[in-house]
Amino acid sequence: MALLDHHKIIEKNATLLLVFSFLIVTIGGLVQITPLFYLENTIEEVEGVRPYTPLELTGRDIYVREGCYTCHSQMIRPMRDEVERYGHYSLAAESMYDHPFQWGSKRTGPDLARVGGRYSDEWHVDHLVNPQAVVPESIMPGYGFLRERMIAPTHMSSRLTADVRVGVPYTEEMVAEARADFLAQANPDLDPSGLEERYPGAQQRNFDRQPGISEMDALVAYLQVLGTMVDFSTFEPDPQR
Amino acid sequence: MADPTDDDKPHPTPREQQVADNLHVDASDPHESPANPENRIGIDRRAADDENREQILANAPEAIIGPTTPQRTRKTTARRVARNVVEVKSTGHSWDGIEEYDHPLPRWWLWTFYATIIWSVGYVLAYPAIPLINSATQGLLGHSVRSEVAGEIQRFEEANAPIATRLASVELEQIGQDPELLNYASNAGGAIFRTFCAQCHGSGAQGSSGYPNLLDNEWLWGGTMEEIHTTVLHGIRDPLDPDTRYSEMPRFGTDQMLDDQQIDQVVHHVLAISGNPHDAALAAEGEVIFVDNCSACHMEDGTGDQFQGAPDLTDAVWLYGADGQADPATIRRIVHDGPFGVMPSWTDRLTESEIRAVATYVHGLGGGE
Repeated sequence: MALLDHHKIIEKNATLLLVFSFLIVTIGGLVQITPLFYLENTIEEVEGVRPYTPLELTGRDIYVREGCYTCHSQMIRPMRDEVERYGHYSLAAESMYDHPFQWGSKRTGPDLARVGGRYSDEWHVDHLVNPQAVVPESIMPGYGFLRERMIAPTHMSSRLTADVRVGVPYTEEMVAEARADFLAQANPDLDPSGLEERYPGAQQRNFDRQPGISEMDALVAYLQVLGTMVDFSTFEPDPQR
Repeated sequence: MADPTDDDKPHPTPREQQVADNLHVDASDPHESPANPENRIGIDRRAADDENREQILANAPEAIIGPTTPQRTRKTTARRVARNVVEVKSTGHSWDGIEEYDHPLPRWWLWTFYATIIWSVGYVLAYPAIPLINSATQGLLGHSVRSEVAGEIQRFEEANAPIATRLASVELEQIGQDPELLNYASNAGGAIFRTFCAQCHGSGAQGSSGYPNLLDNEWLWGGTMEEIHTTVLHGIRDPLDPDTRYSEMPRFGTDQMLDDQQIDQVVHHVLAISGNPHDAALAAEGEVIFVDNCSACHMEDGTGDQFQGAPDLTDAVWLYGADGQADPATIRRIVHDGPFGVMPSWTDRLTESEIRAVATYVHGLGGGE
């Protein structure tokens, strides 16, 4: 085994060991990751998935800020028990505009990938303010302060531009109208036609039913859109993926 | 223990005497003797020092003791081949007398390792594995997670199909007459309730402030099978379902339809008709306001109207407020802000048989009419 004897050279030279280790990891990484960029069946086109509205995007930022992902996943696995409980299993395309995605790695609370429309806005507000008031068994902390923190779309266009830089297809019009769309979605007295046209299916309501736009409005708007973009009554996922 | 004195001289056993001789200590001295348990640590350390000294001498650098002696070997016994003494080579590395031997990997481990390599070949052939130009290899077993889960769901659907179809097609009133159907519907409905409804109505259907208790005999929109079915099917005030049940209590305070004093009066009238402590003078004033503003939905006597989802205000059941008790501050808030309870429509999430099952379960909880 003369070849194996050469191994000693690597073992005795830390730098050489480092260089070869890096080389091996690089090859392994390339083999695993590169095909995902070109293989047809890893890129599933799904109708209905649209970028988040400015208000939903703000809610998403709050979701990330508060660390919701540490207890809640957003990824329904293709198993019968999960599908029965949470709804259709998640598709990769459904988180294609998430930067970063919120799949999560641990469920202390339930999965939220399809929580949109499942509960009323009022329930979300009641539950976020004091989870135990509606679900006595819950161990979730309260987030009542979200109702008091008022927000304005001061940097909304820049926020959308940031997402454009990483590949989210916000149009120039969307970026320009970001401020107006933000305000329109949370105020039922404003004309929703522009918002509707740019973001099909966007829901316009005063989500927390109190005057002004609070972080609660944004977060509930985000929660109410989760998993609702794809219409599974008309979409049939390719079974061979 | 007191300090040993000369009076209690140790009496070493032959074994202890031997240890003392080896370490060159005085077995009769109570401060050194191995016979005294208090000297154990010292004795151990002395033994270890002696051993170390030997090892260091044996592995001293060439500069000190001249050219090295031949590499030391260690004798071990291979377990399988009894009494077969194997000489294990030293790697020649030694630190502070600790030497590194060049042991071969255990055989069982090595063969397990080879077996996993062979297993991987079969795995790569059987399952989707290697990425090619346009697609990955699909594997000989044709495995697919998606078709697997679809198949499993279908298997359960088919098993339930006969009874689920019957449940979805019979008259609603007939479900209660058929024991088999009733049994299936209540059990399936219970599972559905705990998955989808318990978050608002509570795991025991007891409800909470703003979310109706489903165990009692009071119903906002009706407690017959027909009414419960419609409520589950289309929800209440669901913004996304055009057939949803709808009514809206005005925001008397927020929209300045009544002033603060008028609201106080009407609150006391509501407390009066429900038999709670109240201010009679305010309540008398409030009755007029109630008839003018509230009676279209809640009726003149306050008994409510299920067609409009207007609750009966004369009973002891309160939708809002802690513990379901009448609370003047909460009633005031409701009149001022206007409640807007929403229940989602379940048309898109549940099948007809599932909706009927959960309606049967709720109907059977005790309050069904």
